[in-house]
Amino acid sequence: MGRSDGVDSEAAMIALVDVNNFYVSCQRVFEPKLMGKPVVVLSNNDGCVVARSSEAKALGIKMAAPWHQLRDFAQQEGIIARSSNYALYADMSHRVMTILSRFSPNQEIYSIDECFLSFDGLLQDHTELAQDIRRTVLQWTGLPVCVGIAPTKTLAKLANHIAKKQAPFNGVCAWQQLNPNQQDAQMQALPVGDVWGIGRRISERMAQEGIHTIADLRASNADQIRQRHSIVVQRTVHELRGIPSIELEESTPDKQQILCSRSFGQEIYTEQELGEAISTYIARAAEKLRQQGSLAGSLAVFIRTNPFRPKDPQYSQHILVPLTQASDDTLLLTRAALWVLKRIYRTGFAYAKAGVMLCDLQPRTAVQGHLFLQTADPIKRAALNKVMDDINRQWGRGSIRVASAGFNHGWKMRQNTLSPYWTTRWADLPIVR
Amino acid sequence: MSLHLHPPIPAALEAKSLYLPVMGVSVSAGFPSPAEDWAEERVDLNQRYVQHPEATFYFTVAGDSMVSSLAERSIPDGATLIVDRALSAKHDDIVVAVIDGDFTVKRLYCRGARLALIAENPVYPPIVLGEEQELSIWGVVTAWIARPR
Repeated sequence: MGRSDGVDSEAAMIALVDVNNFYVSCQRVFEPKLMGKPVVVLSNNDGCVVARSSEAKALGIKMAAPWHQLRDFAQQEGIIARSSNYALYADMSHRVMTILSRFSPNQEIYSIDECFLSFDGLLQDHTELAQDIRRTVLQWTGLPVCVGIAPTKTLAKLANHIAKKQAPFNGVCAWQQLNPNQQDAQMQALPVGDVWGIGRRISERMAQEGIHTIADLRASNADQIRQRHSIVVQRTVHELRGIPSIELEESTPDKQQILCSRSFGQEIYTEQELGEAISTYIARAAEKLRQQGSLAGSLAVFIRTNPFRPKDPQYSQHILVPLTQASDDTLLLTRAALWVLKRIYRTGFAYAKAGVMLCDLQPRTAVQGHLFLQTADPIKRAALNKVMDDINRQWGRGSIRVASAGFNHGWKMRQNTLSPYWTTRWADLPIVR
Repeated sequence: MSLHLHPPIPAALEAKSLYLPVMGVSVSAGFPSPAEDWAEERVDLNQRYVQHPEATFYFTVAGDSMVSSLAERSIPDGATLIVDRALSAKHDDIVVAVIDGDFTVKRLYCRGARLALIAENPVYPPIVLGEEQELSIWGVVTAWIARPR
């Protein structure tokens, strides 16, 4: 197909597609007024900045900046803040991923806003195909995406980074269509910390070894890298040289642990309130567990005070308990979690955070029935849990719940600037005049 | 004055939710069910009204700007709009547009160089776009639902 650059279209090619400033972009689809303005999205509890529009970045707002320190500056500069609206982001992500799945038979969803697509064997010019992807996602969902295309995942990530930062690329960078001099120049201009998987600690250590840019890392001795760092970093070096070393994982493997934890909107003191929070988290975690068809073999509960208030008395405790029988039953898991809480709870502390973790997950099918330990009719219980899931799916999370989850929820998240659930609740649909 | 319209993208999607067959699934031994051949899937609003699920969004209409004396063109206050972003807008489509950052539902007039958004209700004058104003089409209204009770 009319390729003038001599690129072998049979060679393995991977595209990384990701949404620009995903959370902010989702907000803007339903609030067009936010276009062109500095916008930030805040974490759970409105604690810190988790997403920034390019205008907010230009004003020097840093990722994870605490919002309460920024308030005055934000007011002065007209920065608009929104609470995280995860229901909206999950729905928009689902739409984007489904659209992307039409462009390639092989897709690895890597995070809520990015996925790898295999371009192997696709005859169309890769840049044109990527531009088609951008146009389609933008038109169908209103979300802007950038695409990087390369023979390895690490290079595809790098190409995506370049596509995003350098306007002449118009949102698409096909690494193989750059000539070797251009490739070198790009790698020399970028710090090694911009490589996928090279975090701050590794890049600090590399600086001591004289590796500063991506070009330095690519030129380094791979065996030495393996000795000084790890086999994972060695793979990264190979990938930078165009040798595929990290495979495309088409189906995301089931989670090995399910964690559900939150900071509270305000400090809480009583065991009952903690129990309500923990019951709510268990319900959520157990729902996820059933969704992926797993059973939990053990369960952990943790509670802690606020370490950022050093003057307050501090307490933090967690216990992991094995379950006599692996289970996905909300009622049984709740009972176990409250039993653990009773053992770790101490009076006289202002608790700021609690969480539960379901561990030792195993596939539902692999589990042997326990002969002497049927606590309740398992078939009836399974039916009950299914009904709870169905009701909560149809009527909204928490419509039906265990009584220990409580009804007041004074500990719930602070979300002062939460936007409507525009795509997932009838009452929240956007209004048009 | 500028109009952002995109070329259409052909697409064939499978319907997302399907209901179970309603009739004739169990067969007694040796005797075929007389109803079996007539088994069908229950009709689903999505099949008829949603062409591109990933590109389909719902809006609630507020106000009477699209209320018309012609019943088939009238969109009452409170109606639910089904809006498809995958379609490119053409002349005489009902569209959700963004003008100066606000959503509006109007009929698109697009003839030659003339571009306007027309309310069905004659009380509201057509919105003719000035040189400085930017119109962007958010999506095309493919259906609306009103509740008589």
